[in-house]
Amino acid sequence: MGWNRKDLLDIESLSAEEIKTVLDTARAFKAVGERAIKKVPALRGKTVVNLFIEPSTRTRISFELAAHRLSADVINFTAEASSLRKGETLRDTARNLEALNADIIIIRHSCAGAPHFLARFLKASVINAGDGAHEHPTQALLDMFTILEKKGRIEGLNVTILGDILYSRVARSNIWALLKLGANVTLCGPATLVPRQFERIGCRVTYNVEEAIAQADIINLLRIQHERQRKTMFPSLAEYTALYGLNRERLAKTKTDVLLMHPGPINRGVEIDSETADGDRSVILDQVTNGLAVRMAALFLVNGGQPQEIAAA
Amino acid sequence: MSEIRVIMEASEVQRALEKIGTELAQLDKPGTDVVLVGIQRGGVPLAQRLSKILSRHWGHTVPVGSVDVSMHRDDLNHRPAPDVHPTVIPFDINNRTVVLVDDVLFSARTIRAAMDALNDFGRPKRIQLAVLIDRGHRELPIKADFVGKEIRTAIDEIVTVQLTEDGAATDRVVLEKK
Repeated sequence: MGWNRKDLLDIESLSAEEIKTVLDTARAFKAVGERAIKKVPALRGKTVVNLFIEPSTRTRISFELAAHRLSADVINFTAEASSLRKGETLRDTARNLEALNADIIIIRHSCAGAPHFLARFLKASVINAGDGAHEHPTQALLDMFTILEKKGRIEGLNVTILGDILYSRVARSNIWALLKLGANVTLCGPATLVPRQFERIGCRVTYNVEEAIAQADIINLLRIQHERQRKTMFPSLAEYTALYGLNRERLAKTKTDVLLMHPGPINRGVEIDSETADGDRSVILDQVTNGLAVRMAALFLVNGGQPQEIAAA
Repeated sequence: MSEIRVIMEASEVQRALEKIGTELAQLDKPGTDVVLVGIQRGGVPLAQRLSKILSRHWGHTVPVGSVDVSMHRDDLNHRPAPDVHPTVIPFDINNRTVVLVDDVLFSARTIRAAMDALNDFGRPKRIQLAVLIDRGHRELPIKADFVGKEIRTAIDEIVTVQLTEDGAATDRVVLEKK
């Protein structure tokens, strides 16, 4: 047990012990959410800034509610309504927030590494809420929490991540977390979206969906981000659905206790059909509930953490 | 060099708990509105033991819960985040007598945090405090209603209650001098 980091930037640099500390802490915070009074004073008087340079609704709301439940004050800062539009640099924006004595800055940015950049020069804690195609650590942590809650363990489970791996920060964070916790990870999707390079860090790569899901304990579906115009990566959405979409027929050929996960928002009828998304194997809404607990834990832990240089000394 | 001294053996721990149980049982007859809440972590096994003793006195079971004070501490800014354990209060505390149970009473900041945490679950008729050891050095105006043993300590000494529930070979209380 133990957490002494100022920031939560990625899963890659965390130890298995640190991941377990977050999950254990989240369990206690989940219980808080089930009480009549869902608020604790752990971050009373603290200021949390949601710095969302890339649009997001669900992650921002989840972090916002998490901060409120810890009694922190929350400021939401979005790219559309900010000085970034007027040409201010990210560094200057962050410095201004720090001049207002913000204690924790939650950042989502389309550039990989933006949270790490801020963490280096800010005294405030930084939490990565998604940076480009790099990482989305709290998503992976809530996925681990959900698996642990439903299956009782992670080690030795077969987890298949299905879809757009190439552009997915959710996939990267999940892969790191799953490998560190001892799961067997299979990646599947169109060859253009599932690079073989992932085999080097210990994943299995296959392009045959039936084979990928046959022995899976968990199927984590990734959203096809059709709004980002990756039309060149596969011929059409309809073809993707035909070749890789999850439906009743494909589900029938999996383990009966397989869990279906999805980071949301789901494209009904693309990566998953409606019946399957709403079916009894789906834990998609549990993931949302658990996301709140995991983000409370993340805020709570970074608040007590030290900058890494100091912690190491 | 630190020096470790045993200040209570297993039999004394047992006697101290019996003494707390007897006092509590007499004060709160018939005890039907009493619930015990152990403070994580040291207070939880003691609350369970006390429940057994009280059941003998009163002839009915006495519910036991646990409270973790990590989220209510007043020193969260001064140290790494503490390990958080579950708070489990599987009963209504409104209009009940809640007896908080802890192993060692020291600054009383933990007790203050525990009372705050209980507020989120309801409004007890009253809150009482039972501790195995009172070692002095209070930093808040709080005192225990039931004390197993009072000991004089220097402020930098460490008092540890070791219980078989936590894997100790035998129950005992040790004092460590710096």
